[in-house]
Amino acid sequence: MVLLVVASLVRSVVTNERFEWDVVGDYLFNDRILDGLVLTLQLTVAAMAAGVLIGVLLAVMRLSPNPLVSGASGFYIWLFRGTPVLVQLLFWNFIAALYPTIDLGIPFLAPDLISLDANTAITPFIVALLGLGLNEGAYMAEIVRAGVLSVPEGQGHAAQALGMTRLQTMRRIVLPQAMRVIIPPTGNETISMLKTTSLVSVIAYADLLYAAQLIYSENYRTIPLLIVASIWYLVMTTILSIGQYYLERRYGRGSARELPLTPWQRVKRVLVPQHAEPATIPQRAPESGAGGGGGA
Amino acid sequence: MSATTRPPMVLAESVHKRFGRLEVLQGVSLTVQPGEVTCIIGPSGSGKSTFLRCVNHLEQIDAGRLSVDGELVGYRQQGDKLYELREGEVARKRADIGMVFQHFNLFGHMTALQNVCEAPVQVKGVGRRQAREHGAALLERVGLGDKLGAYPSQLSGGQQQRVAIARALAMRPKLMLFDEPTSALDPELVGDVLKVMRELAEEGMTMLVVTHEMGFAREVADTVVFMDGGTIVEAGTPAQLLANPREPRTRDFLSKVL
Repeated sequence: MVLLVVASLVRSVVTNERFEWDVVGDYLFNDRILDGLVLTLQLTVAAMAAGVLIGVLLAVMRLSPNPLVSGASGFYIWLFRGTPVLVQLLFWNFIAALYPTIDLGIPFLAPDLISLDANTAITPFIVALLGLGLNEGAYMAEIVRAGVLSVPEGQGHAAQALGMTRLQTMRRIVLPQAMRVIIPPTGNETISMLKTTSLVSVIAYADLLYAAQLIYSENYRTIPLLIVASIWYLVMTTILSIGQYYLERRYGRGSARELPLTPWQRVKRVLVPQHAEPATIPQRAPESGAGGGGGA
Repeated sequence: MSATTRPPMVLAESVHKRFGRLEVLQGVSLTVQPGEVTCIIGPSGSGKSTFLRCVNHLEQIDAGRLSVDGELVGYRQQGDKLYELREGEVARKRADIGMVFQHFNLFGHMTALQNVCEAPVQVKGVGRRQAREHGAALLERVGLGDKLGAYPSQLSGGQQQRVAIARALAMRPKLMLFDEPTSALDPELVGDVLKVMRELAEEGMTMLVVTHEMGFAREVADTVVFMDGGTIVEAGTPAQLLANPREPRTRDFLSKVL
């Protein structure tokens, strides 16, 4: 039944000429598409890096015994999680209207050490990074917090009893072990971020989707170009999923007695028969103790 | 011996501690001289573990005075006033006190050797090579010279607890606190851990041990303390307290565990 549905779907996709698969092929490695792809990747990496840094900071603040510190973190999370990221992007885009110049300095003493014109200082990349990174920070904070809370309390007690400070305990003992819980949802966040970057087309940042939109606004080959963009998104999310798998393995160290095999190791085990599973041999021939080895 | 010149290693004077409305310690007074082994026994909920945790300031005391090696725990005295120590200062003092927990609390993401080397390197600033050599020697001493690279999940409970003892010893502490070190172990693994503790006592380490191992208390302790209901009911030499308890509560408890 399932096969039948899949087969008819595949047939329709392949034979429907309006998909224009030849146009897809023409534009798959188009320079503008590839440039957009690079910008999308850059933005994903930068926004995720910002999000993780902000998230760790906010999570540590949130767990602080000081109510002011934990309150500030709670307010940030409430604000940035409570508004749509698209709205936040637009806000940052029009920040120049709110603050025509950006002044950095010490309040009251030297209020404008550095003064920048907001319109020129805030490029579309900065807007995109601010919008996506600050928003991601709020989500990452909750993920990191859950990870930190998943580490047994005794770990912190043991570290403190050895004379480690709260910060040392967090950095050396708690966070590394929290990673096991933090990594899987962070992988999901990264994959989700990769796709969310497509929102920046509204602020005219030339990412993958915007590049595709620019091209189809010229030649009206809308569907094929959207397929081109989709293919690249799929390629990138697939690569990210594989990376996530290996990261999870690495941080799983110490929690399981033996790590499970990677798919590649499994394939090798099937292809190279020397490592015949020892469990099956004694079952088949329990009485022939001497000749157990087999051929070499 | 030189008791006149050296202050007691632990000096507790009427220590009080409460969690919310529950008063867990109701005036505990206790002296442990350097080189002495003191075992604290008593029913669960009597405040034994809480008292131990107060000694290295994992818990704050609410009233009374508690000092280790002549210095107040968690406070600094200036004239008549007590000032709470900052976090870094508390941490520095804890570094001189080793603690072994009921549930081992080994760092799960580190090998046995890394567990042992972590604090000397991070807290004391010992060089990595030196820390590794010392750590390997300590693990050798607790009978785990062949398990340097093993993760805690690959070790038995008894092995984990011996790594935990080595980890505490790596800081070269002047006082060792043991919080029911064998209570979470299978019976056949208890012996190895007690053997290590016995050797430590013979070498002259000052030890404060909360335990249910009456055999260990009888053989190793200089003083046995019986706690119940947040107070010390009775204290004395093992022969005195375990064989001829004066208080009915002590007698009652011992008749149940011996």
